[in-house]
Amino acid sequence: MAQATHPQILFASDLRRGETLLLGESGWVRDPRRALVARDAASGADLLRRGEADLAKNRVVDVYLADVEVGEDGVPSPLHYREKRRLAGPSVRPDLFADPEEPSR
Amino acid sequence: MNVHDPQFVDRRNEPAISYRYDQHDLAFVRSRVAEFREQVRRRLAGALTEEEFRPFRLMNGLYLQLHAYMLRVAIPYGVLTSRQMRRLADIADRYDRGYGHFTTRQNLQFNWPKLVETPDILEALAEVEMHAIQTSGNCVRNVTSDQFAGVAPDEIEDPRPTAEFLRQWSSLHPEFSFLPRKFKIAVSGAANDRAATRVHDIGLRIVEGEGGARGYEVAVGGGLGRTPFIGKVLRPFLPREDLLAYIEAILRVYNRFGRRDNKFKARIKILVHELGAEEVIRLVEEEFAAIDREPFAYDAEEFARIESFFASPPYEAPPARSETLEAAKQADAAFATFAAVNVARHKVDGYAIVTVSLKPIGGIPGDASSAQMRALADAADAFGFGELRVTHTQNIVLPHVKQDDLFALWRKLDAVGLATANAGLITDIISCPGLDYCALATARSIPIAQAISKRFASIERQRAIGELGIKISGCINACGHHHVGAIGILGLEKKGQESYQITIGGDPTLEASIGEALGPGVTAEEVPDVIENLVDFYLSRRIEGERFIDTWRRLGHARFKEAWRKEGVDGVDI
Repeated sequence: MAQATHPQILFASDLRRGETLLLGESGWVRDPRRALVARDAASGADLLRRGEADLAKNRVVDVYLADVEVGEDGVPSPLHYREKRRLAGPSVRPDLFADPEEPSR
Repeated sequence: MNVHDPQFVDRRNEPAISYRYDQHDLAFVRSRVAEFREQVRRRLAGALTEEEFRPFRLMNGLYLQLHAYMLRVAIPYGVLTSRQMRRLADIADRYDRGYGHFTTRQNLQFNWPKLVETPDILEALAEVEMHAIQTSGNCVRNVTSDQFAGVAPDEIEDPRPTAEFLRQWSSLHPEFSFLPRKFKIAVSGAANDRAATRVHDIGLRIVEGEGGARGYEVAVGGGLGRTPFIGKVLRPFLPREDLLAYIEAILRVYNRFGRRDNKFKARIKILVHELGAEEVIRLVEEEFAAIDREPFAYDAEEFARIESFFASPPYEAPPARSETLEAAKQADAAFATFAAVNVARHKVDGYAIVTVSLKPIGGIPGDASSAQMRALADAADAFGFGELRVTHTQNIVLPHVKQDDLFALWRKLDAVGLATANAGLITDIISCPGLDYCALATARSIPIAQAISKRFASIERQRAIGELGIKISGCINACGHHHVGAIGILGLEKKGQESYQITIGGDPTLEASIGEALGPGVTAEEVPDVIENLVDFYLSRRIEGERFIDTWRRLGHARFKEAWRKEGVDGVDI
C-alpha cells in the first residue's frame, strides 16, 4: 500500500472486461473526475477496504491505491506516469481509447 | 514421441504447406477450449478466486495488462496459412479493436479481448487449428524457427519438421509443465542463423556429420532478460535419433537443479552460468546415459510423416531471370527499391522470398490492421500458395512468390500500406509493446521506435547506412531483444521519469554478442539524437563493405562512447 503522504485514488481492473476502473462514490467509474480521493491514511484505508470487498465479490481484480495530485478544479491526476498511462490509454493509439465518461458495464 | 491417430482431417482443397491437425490434435484443442470455458464460468460465478483462476488463464495465453486483457496466440514456428490469417483478422474485428500485434516470439497478441469472450475466441481459433496454449507460464513455449525455412538457398535442411517434432513432444509434457521458469527453444537449419538460436534456452542448428548424416548442434543457456547470456554448445553434433532423449535429459537437469528459490535466477542460463558449461555437460550426459530410451525412441516413420506436411509446393519452372520483373524495376523506381531491399533469393529459380514490413515510417512495429491481415491472406493465396510466415523481427514473409508476380504483389501491398521498403534497415525496428500496453514495462518503447523511424525516414539515407538492427525493450525483461541489437535501447524508470539506456554491439546471429552500455540513460527526446550521432560516427569511420556492427568491432566500444553525446537537434513527436 502506498504511503498516504499524497492524496490517493483506488485503481482496479474490471474482471469481465479488463478495463481500468477507479472507485467512485457509487461504484466503479472510468472518469477520474468522478473518482473518490482519499486525503489521509484513514480514508485511503477505507477506499482499499471497499475495493477489496468488490474483489471478494468478483467484480474487480488488481486493486491498489495510487498517489495523485488534485488540481484546482478538483480533478485528481496520478503522480506516476504508469498510472497516468492507465487513465489516458496507449499514447500510440489515442483513437482507440474509449471515452472516459462512458459508464462501466 | 507422441503417437498420433493416423486418421487425418480432410482438407483436400488446401495445399500441404503446414502441419495439419489429426483427430488427436483436434480433440485435444477442443477439450481445452471447453475446459477453459468452464473455468471462466466458475470464475465469474465466484467459485474460483483470482488467485486460483490466474494460472488457468495464463495457461491459455490470457494476461491482464495495463488497459485490458491480452491474448497471446501461438503461431508454431511462425507458419500461418491464409485461412488462419483471415481468422485472426475476423477475431480482431469481432472481439478486439480491429488489429493485432505480431511479436518477437513469432506469435500474435490481441490487446483488448474481454474475459467473457475469450472462450469464444479460443473456439474460433480451434476451428482453424490454432490455440493459445503454452504461450505463457513456466513451460516450454512456442518453438521458433527461421522465417525462410524450406526456401532459403543456404539451408541444409528445413527446420520446421524438427520444430514440429519438438512442439508435439513438449505439448502438455507432464514432467515439464511446471518448470522453474519459462523455456524457449529455437531451431535453425541454415548456414546463416535467422532464428537467434544463440540467445535461446536451447538453440538447435541442423548440421551435417560424418558421411553427411544430419544431426544437431545443441547450444544451451542463452537468453536475454535482466541477465543476458550467449548459449554454450553442449554437443557440436547430436545424431537425429538422440534428439528427444537428449532434450529430455537437458530439461530434467534444469527441472532438478534450476533455481526455484529466486524467480530472477530461475532460467537455465543462470544454471549454466553458475555451474559452468562443463558441469552442465556432465550432468546432462549422465542423465542422457541413464535415461530410459524406449519412450524417446526415434520414430523415422513419424518424422517422415511430419516432413510430408512441409513438402515444397507445386512450383512452376519459370526462367531464372524474369524479364517481367526487370521491366517493372525499370519502370517504377519505388518498386525497384522494394525489390532490392525486401526481396530475397529463393532456392528455386524464378521464385523469390518477400519480406512484408510491418514497420511503416512512424508506425507501430508489428501491428497489422484486420484489413491488412486480409490483404496479406489474399496476397498469399494469389501469389504464394496460401502460406505466410511471421518473423521474430515482427514482419511477415511470403515465402514462395514467382518473380514474374512481384510487381503485381507489390501493388497489392502498396494499396494497404504494406509496401515499406526497409527490411533489415535502420527503420526496421524491433519494439516490444512497452508501457503503452504492458503491465510489466517501466517505460514506453513504441514512441521511441516511431521517433527514430521518422528521423531516418529517407530510404536513400537508410540504404546508405545499410544493415543496422535497432531493438527496443520497455523493461529489463527484454522482449524487444535490445541486448542483441546493433543498437539496443532499454527503457527504465529513473527518478520518476522514463529513461533510456543505449547499448551497442549486440548481434543475434552465429557471431552472437551482447551489447555494451554507452553510459547513463537519456531522455526520450534525446534518443533520436544519440542514434544519429552514432550513425554519423559509423558513416565517417567505416571502410568499404562494413556494417555498423563490423565498424564497432573494428574500432572498439571506447571510440563509439566518445561520439555518442555530441550536441544535436531535440527529438520530436515523443
